[in-house]
This record gives sequence, structure tokens and C-alpha cells, in this order.
Amino acid sequence: MNIIVCVKQVPDTAEIRIDPVTNTLIRDGVQSIMNPYDKYALEAALELKDSMGAKVTVLTMGPPQAKEILKEAISMGADEVALISDRAFAGSDTLATSHAMVAAVKYVGDFDLILCGKQAIDGDTAQVGPEMAEHLNLPQVTGATKIVVEGEKVFVNRDNETTVQTIAIPLPALITVARSEKEPRFASIKGKMKARKMEIPIWSAADMNLDVNIIGLNGSPTKVVTVFTPPVPEIKSEIFHEEDPQVAVDKLVEKLLEAKLIAR
Amino acid sequence: MSVTIDKENCIGCETCLSICPVGALYMSDGKADVKVEDCINCGACISECPVNVINLGDPAGTANDKADILGMATGREKDLWVFVETEHGEPVHVVYELLAETAILAKKSGQRCGAVLLTKTAGDVPQKLIAAGADVVYVVTGDEYADYNTECYTNAFCELIKEYQPSAILVGATADGRDLGPRIAARMNTGLCADCTALDIEGKIVHWTRPALGGNILATILCEERCPQMGTVRPKVFKAAVPDAARTGEVINYEVKNKIASRTQLVSNEPVVDTGTMKIDEAEMICSGGRGMGCQDNFKLLEELAKVLGGAVGGSRAVVDEGWIDHPHQVGQSGKTVTPKIYFAFGISGSVQHLAGMNKSDIIIAINRDENAPIFRVAHYGIVGDALVILPKLIEKIKALKES
Repeated sequence: MNIIVCVKQVPDTAEIRIDPVTNTLIRDGVQSIMNPYDKYALEAALELKDSMGAKVTVLTMGPPQAKEILKEAISMGADEVALISDRAFAGSDTLATSHAMVAAVKYVGDFDLILCGKQAIDGDTAQVGPEMAEHLNLPQVTGATKIVVEGEKVFVNRDNETTVQTIAIPLPALITVARSEKEPRFASIKGKMKARKMEIPIWSAADMNLDVNIIGLNGSPTKVVTVFTPPVPEIKSEIFHEEDPQVAVDKLVEKLLEAKLIAR
Repeated sequence: MSVTIDKENCIGCETCLSICPVGALYMSDGKADVKVEDCINCGACISECPVNVINLGDPAGTANDKADILGMATGREKDLWVFVETEHGEPVHVVYELLAETAILAKKSGQRCGAVLLTKTAGDVPQKLIAAGADVVYVVTGDEYADYNTECYTNAFCELIKEYQPSAILVGATADGRDLGPRIAARMNTGLCADCTALDIEGKIVHWTRPALGGNILATILCEERCPQMGTVRPKVFKAAVPDAARTGEVINYEVKNKIASRTQLVSNEPVVDTGTMKIDEAEMICSGGRGMGCQDNFKLLEELAKVLGGAVGGSRAVVDEGWIDHPHQVGQSGKTVTPKIYFAFGISGSVQHLAGMNKSDIIIAINRDENAPIFRVAHYGIVGDALVILPKLIEKIKALKES
């Protein structure tokens, strides 16, 4: 079985802080990481590789430094990787990105299953996966929590709003992953050595024979017209610093009673 | 593509450096400069520049034959549509929220508010949609629409779009809405703005505003040249209107011409096992825990407090990733947006992505060991202390109050 996993390098948004004085982002020391949901997708692919044998190819689109997450993918156990990188991709929205990723998938050639993270934690759009599935005319399941392959069919568990679903989907298919069965594995020593030696292939738009009108700013129907920092509401806050936690709790409860937030 | 800086007139104030979301601006010889490989041409720096020397990069080679591109707007498209997601045949709540907001946008722009209902049998649902703000309801019925499935829904929806040519479509950012929206957008070759938190309209162009970078910045996005313009909106962002049974509207029953069979098959659809606590998006009181809770077992304390106060238990992304609580309880940018009357944050430092999901709560109460934790900046009340010490004392105190 040939599995393609699509990953993205993102800033660790949980680490981003706001400067309380200037109300701007503090990005110093914020690391770039493999998007956590993509890492679950990679782990899910590697679990299938462990259980039934598969070739796992990992693709990312991004600037040259995105090679880092491809090396990480190799060190975890991926077989092949490629970086899709070209100035022509700059400014791509989700639709343009999906066209670029589809071109990369076609450039890889054979696949039975494409896995993506359910969304990236920087944009949170959850769009590129389903858009790729549409362009490739593949059936899709989004937000998978378990993937079981039985012959030509895959059974996928998915969290809906109020239910847990099992969906049967024929191969080839595209599935976006919310979590893997096991936590994503750590790099093996052998994997790290392989990653260190590996030359990461870089594919440009021209390499993939991609029409530049469907990528980058030209291929992006959506345009960001303004970006602004959300106003910070002025709130009156009372924070208790007490030596004795009981005193702090008593004071808090007193306030909540005063404000009629809890009833006696 | 990157912004350009007129270095001759740059005054070297460095204002643009701090606003750049990707850190692409730097100082060189006392003037601002741009790392072209990092710049995303978002334009955030342009309005910040006090002397207006920064300009958007020129989209060189702008599509020369735009008329050939599928999805190009003709200017004839009309009406704003809402996708009616249903559960057991009844619209889910976000549908009513979207209808209320869409009715306002439709009125402002001289268009109609449409609702698209794909279902097994329509029953009285069209009337409910009209009472909630729809001027026209498109109804497609069939066994294949009994439960949501990507392919039959996309097929029917796109046929309706081609037939009636709406100018914009709004979809609730639920699990199914986020499955359907991008599939339709890709088929129509148009743009889709995810997770909008504010909407406006000028002429027929919708201004979609959404949080970016974990809620740190807001971006307003337009899709001016393609049609339909599309966006998803998170539940709980807009308020549903009070139903008006006197409203009238048109109901159009549509028969899909090109029927398809779904390649996927829903094998089972089981209600989430009841964890004994309320759903966070419906609760008026939420007790949330973060890494400061120490371990999964300590979440029992949160459950106890939630039970005493009649509320739900939530968690940050960190604890969901740890498996201490399930994803339906996750509050934040990649979880749910909540607006309870009281939000307790125990041992949550307050990452922007968490704050984005709960900072509209009426009253926020934070308990954290670190007095500099960002959560205190949005908290109305707070205690600097160990959540695991405070929590049992708080439960005891409130229990005693209730019993006295």
C-alpha cells in the first residue's frame, strides 16, 4: 500500500504570547513545529505500515526551512519525502495550496491513501484536505480518530458533534486525521541517521508542470484586505494573592455571592 | 511575493517590525527592510507605517485570461444562502444563528436570505426556517440525504448553485459543515473563509472577518472575483432571532437532475457516551482545567465542582492532547468557542488559542500559580495559587453554602 501524508510546518501557537504593553505578538523563542494533527496523520500512516506494510511518502509545501519537519518525518519512519517550494506559491490561500499539493501528489504518482491532519493550528481552516480530495475526485472522511484497513475498504471512526461515527470508504481515498491510536512515536536512532544523510528533494511549480495561474496570489480567490489586532477589553479584575489558600477561597466566594454569581 | 518599502522615505521608527506576523521585517542601516522569502504580503505593516512608505507587492502576471476561469463572478449572482445542517431532521442551532445574521446582510444589500435544506422529508422545517429569517427555502428530499454524506450533499448543493447562482453561502463551522464547505468551494473553484467571527457587506461583497494566528490578530478577507463567496462561521458567534411565525417566504422544491451514489457509507452513528457532564457549548457554567491540574485523575475535582454548580467540564488543548479529557470538551481556537455566564480556568496559563475560545464569557475566574500567566489579563476574579490546593477548598466552601 502506498500512503501519502501531507504535513505543514507551523509556529507553535500555544507558545505565542501578547506583549501586554504594546499589544503585539511576541514571537521570540516561538518554535516552528510539525502541525500536531499532521503528526497524528503521520503516526496513523506509520501504524498502517507496521501492521500491514506500506510505503509512506511525506509531502510539505513551504519555505526551505520546512525541510526540518521532513527530516523529523524520516526519523520517525517515513520512506520518502519532498519539499514543494517555489516563490510562485507565495500568498496561496487554501484553494491555491490544494492545487499545489494535488500537483505534488500526481508527481508522486501511485497512491492508495492520502492522509492529512484535520487542520493546521496556525490557520485552523481544515480546508486543504477536502479541497484536494475534490480535485482528485476521491471520497473523503474528515476528522478520523481510528483507521482500519480491510482489503479494498477502510473503516474510519470520526467524531461528529454529538455522535461517534464509523464510515466505510473505498480506496483510493483521502482521510483527514484528528488523532492517531497511539501517541506519535519518537525518532529512532536509525531514523535520525537516515534523516541526517538524506538530501531532501525540492519540487518547484515547473518541476510539477503546474499552471502558475492556479497557485500563489493569482490562484487565490480570497484576499486579505486588512489585518488588525483585536481590541483588548478593559476589564476590572480582582486577583487575590494570599498566603493562606483558605483566605483566598473565602474572599473569592464572598465576591461571587456579592455579584450574585452563585446562590446560597 | 512581498511588500515593498520606499527606503528613501522610511524614517526608521521600527513600528512595522513588531506588527509583522511572520517576522519578515528587519532594520538595515537605520531603515526598514523586508526578507522577501519570509514575507507573506499580508499587508499588516502597511497601515502601521506612519509615513506610508510600505506597499503591497505587485501580483506580477495577474491572470491574463480571467474569463476562462471557472467560478469567475458575472455580477448577476444574487442572494445569500445558508446551509441547513440537520440532526434527526431538525436544523442544528447554528443554522438559526446564521439565518439571523444573513437576514441582516441580505436586507442591507437588497438581496434575499435563502436556506438550503437537504433532508429525507422536510416536514415543517421550511416554515421554521422562514420564521427564523429565510426569505426563500430550497428543499431537496431523498433517502440519500437522511444522514449527512459528503458526496450526495456536495452534488445536490452544487447543482442548486449552478441553477440559482447565489452570491454568497454561509455554512456552520461544525464537523459536517467543515467537511462540506471546502468540497463545494473546490468544485466551484471559489474561495472559502474559515471560522468567521464578524460579517459585513458592501454592495454584494461580503467582508469576512476571522481570527488568525491563534486569535492574535483579526483579518478581514474578501472574495471579490469568484462566485459564490463562501464562509464558515463558528457556532455561538451570532445570536438566533426570536422566531416570527408571521414571516412569509417562498419554498422551492428542487429535484436533483444528476443523481449520484455516495462512495462512503455510514456504518454506525452512536451518541457520544455520556460522561455524566453537560456539553460545554450549552452550559452556563464551565470548569476548565489545564496542565496545572497535574494528571487525569485530578479532573474528578473539576467534575465535582461542575456538579455542585450545575455546569460542564472543559479543558485546554494541552490536556486534550494528553488524553486527560476528550476532544468535545476542548475550549479554544481548535476546540469550541464558549460564552458561559461563569468560566473557571484552573491551572490554565491562557495561550492565545485558548483565550480565543473563552474570552467572551461573562465572568472569568482564573486560578494559577504563576501570577504573570496571561489568563489573569482576561480574568474578572483570580487567585494566585495551586489549582489542586484551591479546588478542594472551593468545592467544600460552595457545598457548605448550598447546605446551609
